Amino acid sequence: MDVLNAITLFANFVFVPGLAYGAQLALGALGITLIYSILRFANFAHGDQMAFGTMVVILLTWWFQSLGVSLGPLPTALLALPLGMAALALYALAADKFVYRHYREIKAPPIRLVMASVGVMFVTNGLVRVIIGPDDQAFMDGERFIVRAGNFRRAMGLNEGLAIKSSQALTVVIAIALVVALFWFLNRTRTGKSMRAFSDNEDLALLSGISPQKVVTVTWIIAAALMTIAGTLYGLDKSFKPFTYFQLLLPMFAAAIVGGVGNPVGAILGGFVVAFSEVTITYAYKKFLTYLVPESLAPEGLMQLLSTDYKFAVSFIILVVVLLVRPTGLMRGKVI
Amino acid sequence: MRKLLMATTILAGLTGAAFADGHEVKMGVILGFTGPIESLTPNMAAAAELAMKEASDSGKLLDGKTIVPVRGDSTCTDAAAATTAAEKLVTADNVVAIYGADCSGVTTAIVNSVAVPNGVVSISPSATSPALTTIEDNGFFFRTAPSDARQGQVLADVLKDRGITNVAVTFTNNDYGKGLADSFQAAFEAVGGKVAISAAHEDGKADYSAEVGALAAAGAEHLAVFGYVDQGGKGIIQTSLDTGAFSKFILADGMIGESLIEAIGADLNGTIGTLPGSESQGAATFQDVAKAGGLEKVDGPYMPESYDAAALVILAMQKAGSTDRKAIADNIMAVANAPGEKIMPGQLAKALEMIAAGQDVDYEGASNVTFTEVGEATGSFKELEVKDGKFETISIR
Repeated sequence: MDVLNAITLFANFVFVPGLAYGAQLALGALGITLIYSILRFANFAHGDQMAFGTMVVILLTWWFQSLGVSLGPLPTALLALPLGMAALALYALAADKFVYRHYREIKAPPIRLVMASVGVMFVTNGLVRVIIGPDDQAFMDGERFIVRAGNFRRAMGLNEGLAIKSSQALTVVIAIALVVALFWFLNRTRTGKSMRAFSDNEDLALLSGISPQKVVTVTWIIAAALMTIAGTLYGLDKSFKPFTYFQLLLPMFAAAIVGGVGNPVGAILGGFVVAFSEVTITYAYKKFLTYLVPESLAPEGLMQLLSTDYKFAVSFIILVVVLLVRPTGLMRGKVI
Repeated sequence: MRKLLMATTILAGLTGAAFADGHEVKMGVILGFTGPIESLTPNMAAAAELAMKEASDSGKLLDGKTIVPVRGDSTCTDAAAATTAAEKLVTADNVVAIYGADCSGVTTAIVNSVAVPNGVVSISPSATSPALTTIEDNGFFFRTAPSDARQGQVLADVLKDRGITNVAVTFTNNDYGKGLADSFQAAFEAVGGKVAISAAHEDGKADYSAEVGALAAAGAEHLAVFGYVDQGGKGIIQTSLDTGAFSKFILADGMIGESLIEAIGADLNGTIGTLPGSESQGAATFQDVAKAGGLEKVDGPYMPESYDAAALVILAMQKAGSTDRKAIADNIMAVANAPGEKIMPGQLAKALEMIAAGQDVDYEGASNVTFTEVGEATGSFKELEVKDGKFETISIR
């Protein structure tokens, strides 16, 4: 019984939140990796572009809600998602046309593109704040829970409850579907293959007749879709605030680099590594251990490795350690 | 020609000064008109200015002087901006006293670098940090709001009376949260309670599941939240309920707000909390006076304290018989505490008359003003409980 309690406790506070957070980071890291390997620069505007896409989704969700349109138990935001993706794709293509294309044409070194993306980040950041404001926005509706903590506790006759929010389940399901679709696209379709060829060797790809403009356009459209979905899922699960999206940049980059930047499988792996490191290292294991060990050995202290204030430090440490010890990442990506 | 010009200039300067001296007394009103409490400050300023108008209209203040409020912006958070604004009030506008500031951080800055060095009294209606109790103010700082140390004590008493002995505490990571958490922990442990964990949370984060997980691991049944209602505090409570970590909450003043109940709903029933204030005669009278004075809102937070802060300066001025800054500071305690006839809101004319006749007054005002020896309100607190989706007052402490 105590073992079951311990497992439930761990699932409730570490596994389920970590899984959802990991999936959100993985989608963000996938976008970063895609842009890095095909467009050849680290996109610092990623977090704020996520905020832009999510903002469009939120505004449309409010509009749908005011019209009385809903998806029943599912959040209305899912209905607005395709439109948000389209809006962000247009925005990203505009940014590419007016900013990045110039640097590509003059064959500027990657660091200049990175700096240009910092500029795009600041502009996007300001734009989002002007349009929707700097505050928290709630846009979750529909059924909030799949499993409620209290119900679970009563049904199982345990001391501990397990809560699974519908936003968490939705995140994992959508993330899996998206990843499968992306891999199918990259490995099976003509456009996907030409993107990989372009990423592998740009000159060779050009010689074999691949249109660079098409590859760039498709890459931005896919990246925009990934950003909007990751941002919307994060906002549904937690809450939307422009500043927290900017802050997501660090764990997302950590995830992409840990997994091996430029490697899509690595990005997904990295997302979960970073998420679970953050949660497991800052969790206090006192109650968990109390269930497992005999009463005489029950811990006095909180059994917490690092205070929750240092959550961001965890992704930073992972980033530094990986860059020092294994710069190519777990899955052998490119060296940044 | 040059001499004539100079003479005219001097004459003009003199008459200007003479006019100002003759009828008008300037009083500084320094609050965060921009910043995190900008929604509260217009009402607070209106309440203070109501007291000034009441005294001016009576014609009895120092033989018919009128008080002119001069506003300054404390920003609530930016100490440099606040001291600049206060400096301007004191040196350029030549105010006799300052009503304000509002937030504890900027109030400390103004007291240290403007009020005390210039010898100007400042009375805050809302700065509640315990650190202000021991500030070196040379008798130039007062507050009509009680210290959070007092709230920590009251909360500890409430929990003790309800038989709650083990709580987890989370506080917003600033002067207010830390001060309150510390004073609560000291008071609670003194009455035999145990604080299982006391952990800070940062405001404005999207996700508090890690914080709640750590708090829940400590094994307490109740969670005390000393934060802000529209900020991290709300996130902590929502996450606690979502994960089933806590279902019983204890709130301090920053968490008391209808918006919390709107956001959380019925799960909040049974939550207990404390809020400065009373349901005294004075509080009710103040609302009537404010309504008659044409104020937009009559029951806003810290409005009674604001009215009282301004009224105390006015009565002290009358007691001193002059608008001298030091004399005002020296007479505030005399009008705030016994002995003397009790003065309610709206009775400023009567009080001015009595003081002029040499009688003692004991200003009670809208918030039951009684100052401790360091010049801060002893304060009364409401014990609240959420019942059927509403904060209800259980008792006054």
